[in-house]
Amino acid sequence: MSKNLVEISNMSFQHENGKIVFQDVDIVIPRGKITAIMGPSGTGKTTLLRLIGGQLAPTKGEVKVAGEIIHELSHTRLYQLRKRMGMLFQQGGLFTHMNVYQNVAFPLREHTNLSESMIHSLVLMKLQMVGLRGAAQLMPNELSGGMARRVALARAIALDPDLIMYDEPFTGQDPISMGVLVKLVKTLNQSLNITSIIVSHDVQETMRIADYVYVIVNKKVLGHGTPDAIAKDNSRQMQQFIQGLPDGPVPFDYPATPLVEDFLQGVET
Amino acid sequence: MIDRLVLTGQWGIHNLRHFGRAGILFLRILFGSPNLRRGFPLLVQQVYAEGVLSLLIIVVSGLFIGMVLALQGYHTLAKFGASQELGPLVALSVVRELGPVVTAILFAGRAGSAVTAEIGLMKATEQLSSMEMMAVDPVRKVISPRFWGGFISMPLLVIIFNATAIYGAYLVGVKWLGGDAGTFWSNMQSSVEFHGDVLNGILKSIVFGIAVTWIAVFQGYTAVPTSAGIASATTRTVVYGSLAVLGLDFVLTAMMIGEW
Repeated sequence: MSKNLVEISNMSFQHENGKIVFQDVDIVIPRGKITAIMGPSGTGKTTLLRLIGGQLAPTKGEVKVAGEIIHELSHTRLYQLRKRMGMLFQQGGLFTHMNVYQNVAFPLREHTNLSESMIHSLVLMKLQMVGLRGAAQLMPNELSGGMARRVALARAIALDPDLIMYDEPFTGQDPISMGVLVKLVKTLNQSLNITSIIVSHDVQETMRIADYVYVIVNKKVLGHGTPDAIAKDNSRQMQQFIQGLPDGPVPFDYPATPLVEDFLQGVET
Repeated sequence: MIDRLVLTGQWGIHNLRHFGRAGILFLRILFGSPNLRRGFPLLVQQVYAEGVLSLLIIVVSGLFIGMVLALQGYHTLAKFGASQELGPLVALSVVRELGPVVTAILFAGRAGSAVTAEIGLMKATEQLSSMEMMAVDPVRKVISPRFWGGFISMPLLVIIFNATAIYGAYLVGVKWLGGDAGTFWSNMQSSVEFHGDVLNGILKSIVFGIAVTWIAVFQGYTAVPTSAGIASATTRTVVYGSLAVLGLDFVLTAMMIGEW
């Protein structure tokens, strides 16, 4: 069994509208570790997760998951592989016509032949982990954004996957649930040996639990290493990102023509 | 000149791609291996959502269209002393044309738009993506039941529309305007053929059902996941659905009458 669960080599990706998101990116995600992918917003971190999940195909290079090139797999093989993955979406992606309990039970009902009582116990256990057992009968529209994401996490771990991808798990959480979530991600990783990928721009929280960090800026990997090594990295770009400085080599502004030119050009119809 | 040519080419490629995607989705719906145990409850749910919930608009429209048809027809026929032919006039126009066409257009507005909006919103809120990532095919779980639900509902709605329209005509022609009930029904029976009229009408409704639900699920599935995108996808469903019904009706009628 290979040491790395995900291997991305020489990968480029371009959207249909021509926007280039990645250029010759190499990333490896070691098995059983928490790997963080960080970068300013708009660098395509979510796109990266979709590439790993096989929802998008790279325009160049390859994305290997569990030794298989995911974008070359047949529909059936891809779906088999996805049973071993969990993904926590930014908005949660809960099914709005089902209550919290049914949402968490959904993957179990789809992929297993477990009895209803077994499913009941499993669902309650997963909900207990995220502190929402009491909310089992609520509908998704009755949950706050943070709660919805915790339910989605319970659903993502329902099948005890080998790999979990967290898309901005800490955004919108209050300090207490943030602390619980950070601990939960760590516990899941340690006790069940689940490989975790966290995509985030919450530098402090992510650095605290990650074993390895990749920083992506401007279509490329700016640097990678253990959180300590990243924190000590002396390059100006890295320091600007970690310390959250507005001025520096990483642009805050979206690429644009100079301000003066824009003003002088007048109003375009 | 070259620019225009390029634009025309781009437009053509874009549309062809769109048609290709619609075709692939249709094939996936048709040939996706069904799972009876899990799929059947979903199908029943959709027959309820698309069929049963459309009943009100279909019954009320059917009743009024039948009543208006009888009112108009009775006075026109009476001028030629042919008011006893009211039954055949109403039955033939409803069973052959009005029933399938009006039901399909109402269905596109009532159920088609709801299907598109629902699928589009599921896409916008990442429900379809999360389903995919849970190794559950959204085409099988979301799209197929909605398509087959519409496919089953449509002919049933047409039968109900036909029946209520004829009953509406009976109410006006016989109960109100004083036509003879026996003549009304017996003339209708002798001039309406089961195969040539009733069955052909049902056949039309099956084709319209396929067209409208296919357009509805495809528009939802490919909607731009924003509020404006979903709004325009819903509008497109109603517009394309209605136009497709009218166009197909002409083609089918020509085929059934035997001119082709």
